[in-house]
Amino acid sequence: MTDILNQIAKTKQQKVRASLAKRKAQESRFRYYGIISISAAILFLVVLLSAIVSQGYTAFYTTEIKLDISLDKETLDLAEGELTQQALFQADYSRVLREAIKQEIAISGRKERKALYSFISTGAEYDLRDMVVAQPSLLGQNLSYWAQAGDLFNQYNKGNVDASVEEGSRSFKNQQIGWYKQLANEGRVRTVFNRNFFTNGDSRDAELAGIWGATVGSFYTLLVCFLISFPIGVAAATYLEEFAPKNKWTEMIEININNLAAVPSIVFGLLGLAIFLNLADLPRSAPLVGGLVLSLMTLPTIIISSRAAIKAVPPSIKDAALGVGASKVQSVTHHVLPVAMPGMLTGTIIGMAQALGETAPLIMIGMVAFIVDVPQGPLDAATALPVQIYLWAENPEKGFAENTSAAIMVLLAFLAFMNTCAVLLRKRLERRW
Amino acid sequence: MNSLLLVILVCISVCAYVIASKRAQQLASANGGLRYLHSRPSYYGMLAAIVTALPALLILFVWSISSASIIQSLVMAGVPDSVLSDGTNHSLIYSQIQHVASGIKVTDHAWLINASAHYQHLLALGDNIKFAALIALAVAGLIFGWKLVGPKLRARPHVESVMRGFLLICSILAILTTFGIVLSVLFEAIRFFNIIPLTDFLFGLQWSPQVALRADQQGASGAFGFIPLLTGTLMISFIAMSIAAPIGLMSAIYLAEYASPRVRSICKPLLEVLAGIPTVVYGFFAALVVAPLIRDSATAIGIESVSSESALAAGLIMGVMIIPFVSSLSDDVITAVPQSLRDGALSLGATRSETIKSVVLPAALPGVVGGLLLAVSRAIGETMIVVMAAGLSANLTANPFESVTTITVQIVTLLIGDQEFDSPKTLAAFALGLSLFVVTLALNFVALRIVKKYREQYD
Repeated sequence: MTDILNQIAKTKQQKVRASLAKRKAQESRFRYYGIISISAAILFLVVLLSAIVSQGYTAFYTTEIKLDISLDKETLDLAEGELTQQALFQADYSRVLREAIKQEIAISGRKERKALYSFISTGAEYDLRDMVVAQPSLLGQNLSYWAQAGDLFNQYNKGNVDASVEEGSRSFKNQQIGWYKQLANEGRVRTVFNRNFFTNGDSRDAELAGIWGATVGSFYTLLVCFLISFPIGVAAATYLEEFAPKNKWTEMIEININNLAAVPSIVFGLLGLAIFLNLADLPRSAPLVGGLVLSLMTLPTIIISSRAAIKAVPPSIKDAALGVGASKVQSVTHHVLPVAMPGMLTGTIIGMAQALGETAPLIMIGMVAFIVDVPQGPLDAATALPVQIYLWAENPEKGFAENTSAAIMVLLAFLAFMNTCAVLLRKRLERRW
Repeated sequence: MNSLLLVILVCISVCAYVIASKRAQQLASANGGLRYLHSRPSYYGMLAAIVTALPALLILFVWSISSASIIQSLVMAGVPDSVLSDGTNHSLIYSQIQHVASGIKVTDHAWLINASAHYQHLLALGDNIKFAALIALAVAGLIFGWKLVGPKLRARPHVESVMRGFLLICSILAILTTFGIVLSVLFEAIRFFNIIPLTDFLFGLQWSPQVALRADQQGASGAFGFIPLLTGTLMISFIAMSIAAPIGLMSAIYLAEYASPRVRSICKPLLEVLAGIPTVVYGFFAALVVAPLIRDSATAIGIESVSSESALAAGLIMGVMIIPFVSSLSDDVITAVPQSLRDGALSLGATRSETIKSVVLPAALPGVVGGLLLAVSRAIGETMIVVMAAGLSANLTANPFESVTTITVQIVTLLIGDQEFDSPKTLAAFALGLSLFVVTLALNFVALRIVKKYREQYD
């Protein structure tokens, strides 16, 4: 009897032992799947960031060519006699630069001339103009001037042009490379920090295009968005959490807010187009409309996080206020809101960060226009940073691909800054009751 | 003009606050301290300020909405019948008048000059009336508020009820937004369906929204079949989900069940960084790096007909974007499974993976499914990645290497640039928006229901 039982127990034991290895292998395999998944996601993040950094960091510097210019009145096409500000402003500075570069490199023929003139950016003459207008005493002098280089020259200097490609399929020709080498040997080429990228608006020329216009546009958009969504969001959250009776209506409002948080952003763009532009006749491409649309999008985020913050306020604080005779409104405005405010601000910063990265609804309301000027107020036509990225990404030129990556870096830096603020704020003001 | 008016109104109401609270203080000190009053002086001030500013602001609001149409009807009433009855569109005539009035256009038609003069006169008159009336109203409010101050006045409850009203209105704004979306999109979509029958839209197999302006125009058939867009959207979403679902779920399981607190505290924020990256960045990456990579590697292994804008590239990148979304939602539901269930399974000799597979996951399944549905709705509504990486041609294909287009891509391309809003081409965008809204709303609704219902089980 016991023998049989022992036998059974033994076979059972053997079975379990045999299966144990398999189960352990399964266990570790399962574990590896998890590790692989996380590593894949993090690897992707690293690849994404490094691709963008490696492509875009070169946009932060640019090339200049040293030219010996002579600012005589003849080349400048200035009439003799009195020199008004106006005349100085309209003088022919491009000719000065062209003459100067012709002195460096001997050319013949129209085609060569054109190839050589492309070395100088169209922005250089305006820089020179500003310099002369600021210091009219420079007139008639000979001086050496560092002129902003044209896009192709700039790209070649940064090593973005592959010289081994067949000459026919690249736009920087062998002859130009020869000229470049000549200039470089004479020490006339230098690489400097690209100030234009941070101070200019958009441009058709990659070496002149900058993000300042888009940054200001983003700023106004976010400002409008904040001014609208923060007070309304906090008020709505306060009402729902503290005053609202629990009935069908408030339940409907709650469901609505949750649903709004999940509506695709482009639908908000359609709403903005139909209501703010077509019905209310607000100006197209304006940060005001962009801010309005984005504020409708960020409202749910702010309301949901503000409600969480209000919920976290211990009821004893409210009860104490009510106990000494404060009204409900007083207990909320004097006690609950100040305690919940850091949490609300954290949610608002996160909502603003989302709004800063949002592109699709802004495209719908016409913030994709090509705008060179820096907007002066929320009613001027403007673009925003992510829309600028989208616009540049469509451009096949190498210089713009570089600008796109650099603009992405700036945008990510802003986002990182905002999110860090949110995290620090939460850490600092987090209280345990 | 308006901003000046607003500044003046604000100044008057600040005055009202100061005067009324001063008066309340004087009354109190004359009659034996603050206990003589019902409320604290600042409440009297606030009440006076509210009485001053609120009616004026309401009227200003109503005026801004309605003045344009009132002026239009007044101006059009003055236009001679001979002009009105010659068949030109009335709104066209009106915009002509406006252009003449603003000096954009010069004319020698007598009626047009008269009408524009009338228009300018009305505009100026309206502005003056508004200015005078609102300031008078505000001053009247100030005097009324000042008169109101007295020991019997229950200032605080009045102020508080106004505040409550404001809070209520703010929370109703969410509903108004939803209504705004539904109405604005629905209204334009109905105009579209008046031109293109609903059945053609829902069951048509061809999408080429370019409408022919001339009879002999090539490549402008004006076909509005929704099916190719839907299949394109679904294909990209499917590819995205087949990346995001396993990776996101496994990451969540690992982080929730295996990872040490230290690893978890590092990996979780890193995953969330993926969610914080703007989609335009993903789109740029997909178009610039991933799509060429896919094309080159596909041609290297001998697959023909790979287009440079493939569904695969957009889907893969979208999948990566959704990973943190799936993982954080799954993480929530997995950690919500009570520890006692795990302990029970472990004490019976199950390994951890067996516990997860046969106890934790089945218990968490409804929540996970709800999370996946939310992720699908996000994939369907995602715009920038597909706009930049998925292509524009509407292909009815099952080949992920080909270029397909999606609903959101078409909305963007239909509405970029200057367009008139009565051609089916632009109205089609609103029909697409409506379908997008309905589909994602339905998915969200179901998903939220599932998640909520599941959560209640252990509470």
